[in-house]
This record gives sequence, C-alpha cells and structure tokens, in this order.
Amino acid sequence: MSSLLNKSRPPVFCPGCSHERVTKALDKAFQDMGLSGNQIVMVSDIGCSGLFDTFFHTHAFHGLHGRALTYAAGIKMARPELNVVVTMGDGGQGIGGAHFLAACRRNLNLTLLILNNFNFGMTGGQFSATTPPEAQVGSGFLNQLEKPLDICNTARSAGSPFVTRCSSYEKDLDSKIRNAIEYNGFSIMDMWGVCPGRYTRRNKLTPKVIEQELGNFPQMEGEVKENKRMEYSEHYREIAEGLEPLTEPVKMEKQFEPPEIGRKGVMILGNAGQRIITAGEILCMAGLSAGLNATQKNEYNITVLRGPSISDLVLSSEEIGYTGITRPDVVFALSSEGIERRQGMFKNLDETSLVFKVPDVEIPSCTADVRMMDLKGQRIKSLDWALASLAVLAKNERIINIAMLKAAVEKRFKGKIQESALDLIDRVKI
Amino acid sequence: MALSFLEGNEAVAWGAVASGCRFFAGYPITPATTVYNTMLKLLPPEGGICMQCEDEIASIGCCLGASMAGMKVMTATSGPGISLYSENISLAIGSEIPIVIIDVQRLAPSTGSATRGADGDVQFLRWGSSGGLPVIVLAPADVRDCFTLTMDAFNLAEEFRCPVFVASNKEIAMTRESLDLDHIEKPEVIDRAVYSSGDGFLPFKVYKDQVVPDFLPIGDKSLVRQTSSTHGPDGYITTSPDVISASQTRLMNKLNSTVNRYSFHETSIEDSDTMILTYGVTARAAREAGETMKKEGKPVSLMVLKTLWPVPEELIKEKTKNTERVLVVEMNMGQYVNEIKRILPDKRIGFLGQMDGRLITPQRIMEEIKNV
Repeated sequence: MSSLLNKSRPPVFCPGCSHERVTKALDKAFQDMGLSGNQIVMVSDIGCSGLFDTFFHTHAFHGLHGRALTYAAGIKMARPELNVVVTMGDGGQGIGGAHFLAACRRNLNLTLLILNNFNFGMTGGQFSATTPPEAQVGSGFLNQLEKPLDICNTARSAGSPFVTRCSSYEKDLDSKIRNAIEYNGFSIMDMWGVCPGRYTRRNKLTPKVIEQELGNFPQMEGEVKENKRMEYSEHYREIAEGLEPLTEPVKMEKQFEPPEIGRKGVMILGNAGQRIITAGEILCMAGLSAGLNATQKNEYNITVLRGPSISDLVLSSEEIGYTGITRPDVVFALSSEGIERRQGMFKNLDETSLVFKVPDVEIPSCTADVRMMDLKGQRIKSLDWALASLAVLAKNERIINIAMLKAAVEKRFKGKIQESALDLIDRVKI
Repeated sequence: MALSFLEGNEAVAWGAVASGCRFFAGYPITPATTVYNTMLKLLPPEGGICMQCEDEIASIGCCLGASMAGMKVMTATSGPGISLYSENISLAIGSEIPIVIIDVQRLAPSTGSATRGADGDVQFLRWGSSGGLPVIVLAPADVRDCFTLTMDAFNLAEEFRCPVFVASNKEIAMTRESLDLDHIEKPEVIDRAVYSSGDGFLPFKVYKDQVVPDFLPIGDKSLVRQTSSTHGPDGYITTSPDVISASQTRLMNKLNSTVNRYSFHETSIEDSDTMILTYGVTARAAREAGETMKKEGKPVSLMVLKTLWPVPEELIKEKTKNTERVLVVEMNMGQYVNEIKRILPDKRIGFLGQMDGRLITPQRIMEEIKNV
C-alpha cells in the first residue's frame, strides 16, 4: 500500500520534534496493515498532537481539548468496521482524564496514541499531568508541587487490556503501533518524546535520556492479561440482540360511563413506601377507561422509603389545561409527612371537598367533609392504603366506580399482584 | 378512542425513535433521567445504541461522533448538564453537526432544585455557547408536544445541520398525561441532504441556492473531514477573512432567515386590546385564564410560542398588530420578555414571572390582567 500522508498538506514541525517520527511510524503501520484512507478515522484534539488529523489522507474528526476519546467512542459504536485512531498529548490526557479512565474501563476497540512530551507545547510550555517536578517549565514553581501521572499504570488499573510505554525514537515504533491498532480492544501507547520548541530549551531531554528514564519504569508492552475481556461494542451487540423490543405504551379503550363529569382534582398525601405514585397512576387509568382525560403530578424526596410522597391527580371529561390543584375535590390523608408538606392547601377546602383520613393522622382544621377511613381496623397494611383509598372512592361512586378501578388494575398488573389487588378492592368496606 | 398515559420524557423518547433516532448517550440527572431510561428500553432491541457516559461532556461528545458517522442522535439533561455541554454545543453549531438536545429545566441556578420545574434556561440555551451564533429552541407545553416537537427538532437538526433544543420543564417532563397516540399529527420525517455528485466531495461546500452543505458520513467511500477549527469548504483550518466571513454569515442566516418556516405557535386572537404571550407549561394556565375571561365577557388574546429561538419576530409582530398591551408570562424572573420588548418597542409590555417551584396559576394571570 502507498503512504497515507497528506501530500497537499505536508506535516510541519519544529526542528527536532519527535512528533515527526510518530507521524512516519503511524503511516508505515497503516501501509503494513494494507489500509486505505477510508478505513481509518483519525480523531484528534487540541495542541500539537491535534495537527495529526491533517497529516493523513483519512477520515478525520478534530475536536475539543481532551474530548477526542468521546467522539471516537460515538464513531466506533456507529461504525464498528472503521479503524479509529486517537491522538492526544499529555495535555489532552490531563484535561480529559475522566474520558481516559472510562475508555480503559469500557474497552471499545480504539487506539489511543499519547504523544507525551511533558509539557503544553503550543501555549508556552506550561506543566502538564506528566511534567516531572524538577523540570523548568512555563508555570513557574507550580509543577514542583504536583506528582506526575504514570499514564500506563493508571491505564492498567483502570482496566485497559493493551498498554505500551515506549520512546518515540524506538526503531520498531511502527510495528508497536500496528500491534496496538490490530488489538481488538482499547489499546493505549504512552509515547515519550521531546518538545524542542519549549521543553528541551530548559531541560535536558534527549532520545538517550528518554531511553534511560524508561529503564526506571517496569516494562509495559502489549496485552495486559488480567484486563483481557470481550470488546465493548461486540459485547453490547451480543446482549442487545437478545432483548425483547419495548411494546407500545398501554392503551385504554373507553368501556364505561364515569359517575361524575367535569374536572375533578384528587390529592393523595402519603409517605414513601405507601405506593402513592402507583395508586395515582391506577386512578388515572381508571379514568381513561371511562374516556376521561387525566394528569398526574408527583412530589417526593430523593430518599426511598422515607419522606413524603404526594400525587396530584386531575381527571376531566374536558381537555386538561392547568395541571395544578388549588382546591382538590377529594383528599386522601394517609400520613402526617404528606399532610405536613401540603398543610397550606387545607384552608382552600370548602364543604364540597371530601377528605378521607386514616385514624392516626391529624389534619389542619378545615371546612371540608372529613370522613374516617379505618383501613388499619380492616387489617389492611399501610403499603396498601393508597390502593384501598381508591376502592373507598369507587365504592362511594365518586369520580370513578368499581368497574373502572378493576379495569385499571387488570391493565396495570399481571398474575398474582393483579389477583391480590383485586382481592383488596373487594375486601375494602365503607 | 384509546388513551395512553405517559409522561413528557417518555413521549420525547417515542418521538425520537419515530424520527429515526438510533443513538442516545446520556448521564443520569433529575428530571431528565427518564428520557434515558426509555431510550435504553427502546434502542438496543432495535439495533440502536444507548450509552451511559462518564459525564455530560462525554455524552454529547459521543453523540457528535455518532452523528458524523451518519446516525440521528439525541442527548438529554437538565441545566447543570447543559453547562457541561456548552463547549460541544459550540462545536455542533460551528461544525454543523445535527443533534437534538433535550433540556428538562429545573428550578434555580446551579444544582438548584432537582425535582422542581422552571423555565430558567431559555436565554442560556440561546447564548450559552461561544461565538454567539443562533440555535433553534422549541418549547413543548404538554405531553403531545413532547412527542411532536421532538420529531420537529430532529427534522430541523437534519435539515439545517445544527443543534436543536427541546426546552422541556420538570412540570411537563415528569407529569403523566392521557394521550391518544393513534391520533397524533406527526410531521413527515426529514433526513439530512446527502452529497451525491461523485468524487470531489468537500465537507463544507455549499452550492448555489443552498444554505447548508451536503453530508457524507465518516466511514463513507469519500473521505470526510470534521473540525472544530474555523474552516473553509474543505474542512481545513483557514485564516482567510473572506472565507471566514462567508461561513459565519451563512451560519447566522441559515437559521435567522428561515425561522418563518418553523415558527410553531398556537394563537387565538380575540376582540381585545390585550394579549397573553407565553410558552412551556405556563401556556396551560394561560389557556384556562383566557377561557375564564372569555366566559366573563372580557376576552383576551393568547399567543403560545413553541419556537423560542430564533425569535419568530415576524409572527409576533403580525399577531400583535391590533394589540396594545402584551402580558408576557414565564416561569422565571424575566427572560423572554426582553425579546418581546425589543421587537415591540411601541407596545405596553407587562411581565408576570415566578420561579419558586410552583406553577403560575390561571388566577394569578387573570389578576395581573385585571390589575392594569
């Protein structure tokens, strides 16, 4: 295969820049693999490594600093057949740290080439995540205060199944790159190099020094056995193929005539764990079975099984505009937490409002028609009170009736849950 | 007639799939999470992709990559996530990458109140990206809108190759509502225009009479370049003021000069000198207020905007021709009212706003109208 270097835009580097060697080695790797330009996507970000997408005659996505891995992930998931090669510097590695960790954990078949030259070359040689504390850089003394990141160790502990640490000056750099691209999984190469424009003006770093320094680190090249596993997109597709398609949202035909017409507001004031939201949904579905429109607004804290849980329900033979309820027609007072959250509402009630309360809660004084609902005395558990409340409502022929309620339960629940819900509705006495 | 019972976020997801969206990437955040939950149930069995990313930056990044690879993409978040999207929103604007972004607005600045609604992001969505170029923002008022406007959002994103926001609100997104799914009027699905003139593809070249470049996906036979840098038709960075000026002007005009075609709204003109102008969930209270006042023999006109950006200026001017006074009602401390003051300098513009977690009531709107 012929070179994929972009002849109309020849690469330009500062004299002595190690990026030139990486460019040539990458081109050689592409040629040795027999790839044509449209089988490759170069994804780059900001900084000198961000020029790489222009050097090659391939598909290209050049984006924001440190975010190259995110674009690459989207491209690879959409087109798994493409060879996706990401170039970043030590700067992009730092700012995009979360994406680096996620890519290692995810194991999508991308190749990340980190052109590590220990500083931000393009902006004036400031320190990066890999700058040694003893280096003289454009950030004054600040780099003395921070420990440089060991990219390869980080990649390994984050789960990357292929990690290579090497010098940009190694003779077989092209074959190392090829191994990384050909690896079916996330592969990273931490390629050390020199930045003559900024870094080596004040720091002694030569190919030879790099080689010596690398000798101080444990060798890492190629597959990391303990991280070997199935590639992400293959795994995703394998699982996805076995999933059942989501059925259309449940549809409720009009089967009944509602006991009341007009707009009716219902408030269920309970606490988390009382299945308030589910009961609210069932009330609305019961309305749907008589052709009523319905809205359900819920209020609850982020805690599960603790705190108030409230459902605001509107059922109406007309279209529903405003979904709030200033003066509810019916209130179910099932727990003090729910009542407290809406205590201001009680003053809006009048004699046409109906309040059903369980015995052991207090409600603020109001002019509503307050009726006791001794569910505990009927040996109904607290977690069934909301559903039982609907049965009380239906048996009073207010807003819904028993046929509507049962139709909703039959639509909403299956099997044993449905049986016990229907049984509960029958058991409730008023 | 059969009714379904679903929340706004679910309707958004169903609308997206009906538009051909097969890629979603997101990060959990109340009150937008149920968009992600529904996409996760919908997409994988359809051969689509649903990813949970490490953060919002990655979510939109993955979407932009997949969009450039030819897929219809969507992400969903709330205000804090829009902040993190910002840099990539600029990329989608400047580099003409179609994407639909759902912002389920929550109350107050910063992390605010996760489970309370507001419309506090409407200027942020317009201006929260570098460069100041226009975006499209659509605002649903109910569950049906969540379905249909999401479809419109995809059509506009595809046609104009730009980010399109659906400015939802917890009060629509997480409110369940009855809906007759079989009788929704759905827009016809539009796909991005594909380049088909053989070799010589230039990724940002616009031909005569075009305002948007033809598309080829990354991975096509022809090579495709995408870049966040200021670029010419070939997708390479440029410093030529003429080339830059032409492309920035085009990015501006492709939306500002076409908004009349997608100025979605519901307007009822009554024999009255007053109009209520609103959008989002507040439209529902305004409709009730309007109906009540009509019954009382004191009708007012009502305009519900469903396209917020670009501002449908001609539409607003036309519909308020015979109006002396416009009351702008919005669930924030005063944002869109500034646009109305700007384009209707000769009219009396009133404002009613509220941002405390409660819906603005029909009574409050009527009081405000009667007060003056």
